[in-house]
Amino acid sequence: MQGFPFQPEQASTIARSVDHLYYFITAVTLFFTAVIFLIIFYLMIKYRRRSPDERPKAIEGSLPLEILWTAIPTLIVAIIFVWSSSLYFQNSEPPKGSMEIFVTGKQWMWKIEHPEGQREINELHVPLGRPVKLTMTSEDVIHDFYVPAFRVKKDVLPGRYTTLWFQATKLGTFQLFCAQYCGAFHAGMIGSVIVMEPDQYEAWLAGGVQGESMQAAGQKIFQQSGCSTCHLADGTGPGPSFLGVYGKPVKLTNGATVTADDAFIRECILTPAARRVSGYAPIMPSFQGQLTDDQINSLIAYIQLLGSVQAKPKEEGKQ
Amino acid sequence: MSTATLDPRVHTPRNYLNADYGWKSWLFTLDHKRIALLYLVSITFFFIVGGSFAVLMRIHLVEPQGALVQPETYNKLFTMHGIIMIFFFLIPSIPAVLGNFLVPLMIGARDLAFPKLNLLSWYIYIVGGMFTLYSGIAGGVDTGWTFYTPYSSTYSNTQVTAVAIGVFITGFSSILTGLNFIVTIHKMRAPGLTWSRLPLFLWAMYATSLIMVLGTPVLAITLFLLALEHLFHVGIFSPALGGDPLLFQHLFWFYSHPAVYIMILPAMGVVSEIIACFARKRIFGYTIVAYSSVSIAVLGFLVWGHHMFVTGQSVYEGLIFSLLSFLVAIPSAIKVFNWTATLYKGSISYEAPMLYAMGFIGLFTMGGLTGLFLASLATDVHLNGTYFVVAHFHYIMVGGAVMGYLGGIHFWWPKITGRKYPNGWAALAAAIIFIGFNLTFFPQFLLGYLGMPRRYAFYPAEFQVLNVMSSAGATVLGVGYLIPLVYLIWSMRYGPKAEDNPWGATGLEWQTSSPPPTENFAEIPVVTQEAYAYSEEEASGD
Repeated sequence: MQGFPFQPEQASTIARSVDHLYYFITAVTLFFTAVIFLIIFYLMIKYRRRSPDERPKAIEGSLPLEILWTAIPTLIVAIIFVWSSSLYFQNSEPPKGSMEIFVTGKQWMWKIEHPEGQREINELHVPLGRPVKLTMTSEDVIHDFYVPAFRVKKDVLPGRYTTLWFQATKLGTFQLFCAQYCGAFHAGMIGSVIVMEPDQYEAWLAGGVQGESMQAAGQKIFQQSGCSTCHLADGTGPGPSFLGVYGKPVKLTNGATVTADDAFIRECILTPAARRVSGYAPIMPSFQGQLTDDQINSLIAYIQLLGSVQAKPKEEGKQ
Repeated sequence: MSTATLDPRVHTPRNYLNADYGWKSWLFTLDHKRIALLYLVSITFFFIVGGSFAVLMRIHLVEPQGALVQPETYNKLFTMHGIIMIFFFLIPSIPAVLGNFLVPLMIGARDLAFPKLNLLSWYIYIVGGMFTLYSGIAGGVDTGWTFYTPYSSTYSNTQVTAVAIGVFITGFSSILTGLNFIVTIHKMRAPGLTWSRLPLFLWAMYATSLIMVLGTPVLAITLFLLALEHLFHVGIFSPALGGDPLLFQHLFWFYSHPAVYIMILPAMGVVSEIIACFARKRIFGYTIVAYSSVSIAVLGFLVWGHHMFVTGQSVYEGLIFSLLSFLVAIPSAIKVFNWTATLYKGSISYEAPMLYAMGFIGLFTMGGLTGLFLASLATDVHLNGTYFVVAHFHYIMVGGAVMGYLGGIHFWWPKITGRKYPNGWAALAAAIIFIGFNLTFFPQFLLGYLGMPRRYAFYPAEFQVLNVMSSAGATVLGVGYLIPLVYLIWSMRYGPKAEDNPWGATGLEWQTSSPPPTENFAEIPVVTQEAYAYSEEEASGD
């Protein structure tokens, strides 16, 4: 990293392993480029035309050679594929117990909401050494959340949720880029991720709480928008109760099973007719255009909280 | 078997160029060779326009805050650069110019199967091109050449629909050219010219034509749906209207990934012809090289999802597209090995076309190998959407395809114009382009791994050094591209007259005069040998 950098800082748990794969592919690339260049130079000099009437003998080709140079690249790409895919696969799911933060992209800023109620723009404060799961959506066009120092990137799409997770391993401030072209000031949609000591992070969270927590906000919307009239907690209402539901499989009317995750809850709120949970009358109205993305995020945070009530009644569920 | 032996040239005999001089004889010509020249002039024009946009971009990026234009203008510059270079230069380059000129000549036919359709395809191309250019000047478009929704369909207030219509129109010219080549290669080969004797350039043209005919309609449909949403707010791609923004990307890349092979396969075909000629050898493993073109064309349709690894698509979808993308690397590698092996025990001369062909192999190798980083899921997550991608596809599409195109132009120039260009200048230009290209785009690989996203009108200061290096390299590259323009134009008037077969090449196109007569051959040749019969024993049979 000193002098002229060839890679960004390694500031997350996965950065080093991604770089190792990168070094390997770089070595493969350099090796084959060098081999091909050298062979071509050698052959071009060795077999240069010495007289204009030269008529070299024809060579048909060679099956063993063809097999050899089909097998070698096949083997190498197989190694890269297995290595890279297993790395990707391992890192595709956030670890259990990751802290959750909501991210909303809009032209041309990043809006961040911590479940405790802290909101920030173009800055994301996270604690060192704890896995952080981001649940992201966009208010307008497609954006892309990219932190080079963490080697993570994920598109941020309107109308659906994508998730991304990382665990920071270095204190400091790291650049956050929008990596999907999103209009006039795309290049200005830059923020920073600030990694703090966990106790400092707690202090930061407590220090400037600008409003209620997302769950509290969600609870209010749950009342005000009329969700609570049907979705009674004891399950006696026309709509399902949300106790212990979040993250669990639910059966649909078409016989399929789906996990009640952020995306599915969002879909149920906006386009309830698309996929209905079996056992209930099809009376849920669409809230398309009536709830903002922020409000839906808060509702999800609340439903998530309800989900933990039954799941872990002893530990945290004190509602 | 030799065809009509032409009189020694006392005065210039009738040929397709001097057959008639009026402007009507060009604009209403049905001669595939003249249509090829119409294309040559038009795509050169678009190359200069698209290139000027690139020049402005590289000047702008010398300063982190942007040295030249407002961000909105910069966004229009990279959009128009991409649209013009891809749809109006690269895609038609080798097929519409060299393919048009050579397909009938190389199979021993008098013209393409549908000469009128051929002329129509040029007019369609021009109408689409002018439409796009006009929309570009009157307002411009700022979506990137990829037109991603919902930005393009609902948020951009630039000329999206107009430009999409321009590209839509031009698509038909590709389809018609592809159709014409397929029918011609199937039905009009000279007696004795079996598939296994077909020059590899024709195999490449055939594979390319398949992609044009099968892929382009999907692009047309996609752009049509985009315009429908943009104009009439029919909800297809925009979630606010109930659409799916990723549907657009699936449809778009289903065409646009194979489109990369429309650009590179023809260049591979050209390089096969050049290497065989200047090494005086049959292409090593001819059959495998031919089938690898076809397998690249087929596999190319199955890899589009690798453009979408970070869109939140399912992990398993990612795995499958990653695997298929790695598979495409294999036939490409096989080609490079076979070209290299062709040099073994050859008789190699270093004339300009050969230098371009070697430049192609070098840049294509680097471009192809850097594709491994992007086919690989874990590294693509970091590199997707950065300058690494920009560098990678420029190595393939500019380093590879343009090098191949220029190699082909230099190889067949004596046949096309009947004149020779100064070989020293041509060799110098090849070297300058190779060096300038690497100076321009190699720094972009480094920028990409450092994390600089593409399509940034301004950027954090730590990326400046590499950006300045890239811009400096671009001036070298620019000079490299200008030199051939000068000496090739010069040669048309002042170049020494070319013999019928100045390189001592096999191939039917070299058996007729330079430039060929309008009807190509006095009598249709009969083929008794495989392509590339360069050796003593084979040549003696001639």
